[in-house]
Amino acid sequence: MALLDYFLRKKEKQVTTASKAKERLQIIVAHERNSRNKQPDYLPQLTEDILKVLRKYIKVSDESFSINLDKKDGDLNVLELNIELHDEQTAD
Amino acid sequence: MARIIVVTSGKGGVGKTTSSAAIGLGLALKGHKVVLIDFDIGLRNLDLIMGCERRVVYDFVNVINGEATLNQALIKDKRVSSLSILPASQTRDKDALNKENVGKVLEELGKSYDFIVCDSPAGIEAGAMMALYYADEAIVTTNPEVSSVRDSDRILGMLASRSRRAELGLEPIKEHLLLTRYSPKRVEEGEMLSVEDVEDILSIPLLGVIPESQAVLKASNAGEPVILDTESDAGKAYQDVIDRLLGETVDFRFLVAEKKGIFSRMFGG
Repeated sequence: MALLDYFLRKKEKQVTTASKAKERLQIIVAHERNSRNKQPDYLPQLTEDILKVLRKYIKVSDESFSINLDKKDGDLNVLELNIELHDEQTAD
Repeated sequence: MARIIVVTSGKGGVGKTTSSAAIGLGLALKGHKVVLIDFDIGLRNLDLIMGCERRVVYDFVNVINGEATLNQALIKDKRVSSLSILPASQTRDKDALNKENVGKVLEELGKSYDFIVCDSPAGIEAGAMMALYYADEAIVTTNPEVSSVRDSDRILGMLASRSRRAELGLEPIKEHLLLTRYSPKRVEEGEMLSVEDVEDILSIPLLGVIPESQAVLKASNAGEPVILDTESDAGKAYQDVIDRLLGETVDFRFLVAEKKGIFSRMFGG
């Protein structure tokens, strides 16, 4: 039987399980990377600009400010700004 | 400045502790001062693979809590004097570690060691995050198998976003791919992802390929890291890993199956 297997094996070698595995992995990994890197490129610059404008009017420390772009279910994107205001709100 | 290397994977059972032990001991055999840290709080095992389980008195968490000094907790390896092991605790208090107290311990160790090798727990929980946070380099241990490769990719994402280097905007962690339990024969038969397949998917530089080997189980049975088994394929492959970590260029071995004779082909086996 081993002899027979040896001659037959060559023919059944078209789609191996390894190539299936690779294909499935490439798709899922690409998909997961996309959802991981959902923060757009402009976010850091946007953050800086918003802070600049805010600081014209009020005191904002780096710790009391946060910005987040979130994808809610469906097509809705939410830009979330969180600013903690302290007692003296006007800048000098 | 000590090089802080995390051995990580995401998935469990792929060979993190086996690799940490082999790499730690291998670097020490080259004359470097090495400390191996077990970050798997609650599930200590590096001590067993290193064969020093009966010499554990104090552990990582004791040091963190100020119940022991570093020197009291460090176990000196009996084979290589430049190697020490810092065991994990067996208590389930996995919240014992935080960035601040781990940072202090690493800083202290960095003063007297060349390499700090951190054996990460599996998963992406706090323990695994602690193990990778301070790393300069990461050895991403992966089996040529779908779930392991996917989890490795998740860990690469964590290295790029959750580490100290990422948070401070420093040069990113240097990533290395370590492919373990590799079976060239099964690759040739189309049953296993090849080195190239895994490199394609993860796209990080290859540090080593450790063939599936009976020597690994024998080594852990005996508490002698497999790198000491210089006759075995796995031992030799880890030796190559050490040379590459130290900057040498070494050809990859054990990537093709040993050719069977016509006799065994005809009669099976």
